[in-house]
Amino acid sequence: MSIMSPEFFANRRLVLKGIGVAALVGFGVIPLDVPQALAAANDKYPEEAFKQKTEAEAIKALYGKTPEASDKVKMDAPEIAENGAVVPIAVTTTLADVTSISFLVSENPITLVASYRIPAGTLPAVGNRIKMAKTSNVIVLVEAGGKLYSATKEVKVTVGGCGG
Amino acid sequence: MMKIRRRELLKASAAIALAGSLPRLARGADTSGVYDLERFGNARILHTTDTHAQLRPVFFREPSVNLGVGAMAGQPPHLVGKAFLDRFGIRPDSADAYAFTCVEFEKAAPRFGKLGGFAHLKTLIDKLRADVGEKRSLLLDGGDLWQGTGLSNAMRGADMVEAANLLGIEAMTGHWEFTYGEQALRDNLARFKGEFLAQNVFLTEEAAFNDAKAFDPASGRVFKPSVIKEIGGHRIAVIGQAFPYVPIAHPKRFTPDWTFGIRDEELQKLVDGHRSNDKVDAVILLSHNGMDVDLKLASRVSGIDVILGGHTHDAVPQPISVQNAGGVTLVTNAGSNGKFLGVLDLDLGKGKVANVRYRLLPVFAELLKPDPAMQALIDKMREPHATEWSEKIGAADRLLYRRGNFSGTVDQLICDALLSELDTEIALSPGFRWGLTALAGQPLTMDDLLSETAITYPETYVATMTGGQIKDVLEDVCDNLFNADPYHQQGGDMVRVGGLAYTCSPAEPIGKRISELKLAHGKHLEAHKHYKVAGWASVNEQQGAPVWDVVAKHLRAGRPPNRDAPGVTLKGVEDNPGITGLG
Repeated sequence: MSIMSPEFFANRRLVLKGIGVAALVGFGVIPLDVPQALAAANDKYPEEAFKQKTEAEAIKALYGKTPEASDKVKMDAPEIAENGAVVPIAVTTTLADVTSISFLVSENPITLVASYRIPAGTLPAVGNRIKMAKTSNVIVLVEAGGKLYSATKEVKVTVGGCGG
Repeated sequence: MMKIRRRELLKASAAIALAGSLPRLARGADTSGVYDLERFGNARILHTTDTHAQLRPVFFREPSVNLGVGAMAGQPPHLVGKAFLDRFGIRPDSADAYAFTCVEFEKAAPRFGKLGGFAHLKTLIDKLRADVGEKRSLLLDGGDLWQGTGLSNAMRGADMVEAANLLGIEAMTGHWEFTYGEQALRDNLARFKGEFLAQNVFLTEEAAFNDAKAFDPASGRVFKPSVIKEIGGHRIAVIGQAFPYVPIAHPKRFTPDWTFGIRDEELQKLVDGHRSNDKVDAVILLSHNGMDVDLKLASRVSGIDVILGGHTHDAVPQPISVQNAGGVTLVTNAGSNGKFLGVLDLDLGKGKVANVRYRLLPVFAELLKPDPAMQALIDKMREPHATEWSEKIGAADRLLYRRGNFSGTVDQLICDALLSELDTEIALSPGFRWGLTALAGQPLTMDDLLSETAITYPETYVATMTGGQIKDVLEDVCDNLFNADPYHQQGGDMVRVGGLAYTCSPAEPIGKRISELKLAHGKHLEAHKHYKVAGWASVNEQQGAPVWDVVAKHLRAGRPPNRDAPGVTLKGVEDNPGITGLG
């Protein structure tokens, strides 16, 4: 028997989600010093990229270029997910002139999970929770100085327990 | 009887010094007593781990199947039987061979007797501490101290806090300790005189948002990560590493506010801080990672002198040396159930460990006089349950043991009980590595059954599963055991099956290890057909009777024992020294 109302949990989670969004918006309102044309292009929702089913196609649709693995992209991800429905993945980078950060899960039905624009003058650090269908490579892309960099880590999703 | 065994033990125990055999020099002169160790260095660290609350001496058969695959194949700890004896230079037929391996276990057990027991450990620990003098030693415990018996389960580990205090444990980390839930854990820690260390347990974001209790609210670390101890005039940092996968291997409801993980980057920062800011002379990691994980961690994190390891219950007589960016880290694993005491003697200089000697001493109960104060405490704590749990409810029809990658006779008995009492075609039982060994003919009591099953989620269940789902479960658990990347292993053994046979290829990737699934009568398991499955220890909440009552009912009914061979056929491990026949 539980005396906790399920609505309470739902509400609390919604509040937390709201805060995540607020923080993101916070990044977005920092005055931009980006050429108007580029800003306009970036404003467009990357509809095609969010339809792709493979890593290569999603990267091509989103950036049109190939990433280069970089140890300057630091991904914080668990080895084994404690809950595949909400896997915390965070990224920071020491690369200069970061313009966007994106997250891909190669085994998910839709590969691209999220893409963030990083306005000039913003600390390039993004943390989010992603849903993973099964064990998969997680790829983080960082666009910086017009080039594309990446970090990859396999995150295991298991049913848990001892099977008994 | 006792006298004969004592003489046997003494005669056969010349090899004990050899087992901890870094110090070849140490032997010759040392004939006065098995536990008289030659003095070495200026600081002694004693290490117990995975005692699983076994307050009294035990029989515990080491595995005959402990496979390593990929880079781990044939490497310690994945050696059994003769291969183990050869690798570590242990004489067959010796007391050490009995303690460290399964070789001729049934012949050796009556000869050399039980091992461990806290009253015996207390005597040995006190002696080894007295030998080096005041303030020159430390006693550390690697966790799985509070769980494994009916008493510890009934008292939620409080009995073991009392025993740990009397034993003098100065720091510990944890695994099953977490399965009593936060409140019981905190209540116990309030009475524990030592430190509970865990660098890798953090508040979840929600819990941090709700201001849940934490040792360090800024970082979200729930427990103190490390402690600096002064021994022998030197400073030693001891860092705790709890079992990294508690909310995955156990029901999440026990630790809803906490998130775990290996966290080797945080660990590196901690090590670096102790080195550069605190100017310690040695860094020790007290780990419940499991040995394969520790070996990988030792290659990635630098600046740790010794990892005192546990979790996988591997009794490894010598440390394994691992190269990393900062030099070398030694990795140990100290067995289980109180059978062994790790003795790490350090020769410390300014800011460094000049030399090391390590021994893993088997704790032969008959060579040690039980400490009277500890014995009195154990008797007092056991007293309220003594009558109820000492009733004979059956007898071991053959050697009953748990440990082994795929099966054990104890688990066959449990599966048989589930099949007959819950009336299903298939039974699943968890591949725990704790649980005692009973010799053939030995009476079985509730106390014995609880030592195989005492957990906080013992409820049995009956579920309907498709053949495909059953295969997926086996694949998933098998990957936790044989994933080529140790960081993706959780420890524990393969889920045990009743009413089912299968073929396993451990060296294959997930999805390709399990094949040829057949029911008891030889019919193939069909992917889309539904089957009735009984089990226990589910991570989801269940409502059935506790498994120990189900097994007791089965034993009391006096059904003829099922001696069918465990239905697991192995492929692709023919020359692997981690197997001496499917035990």
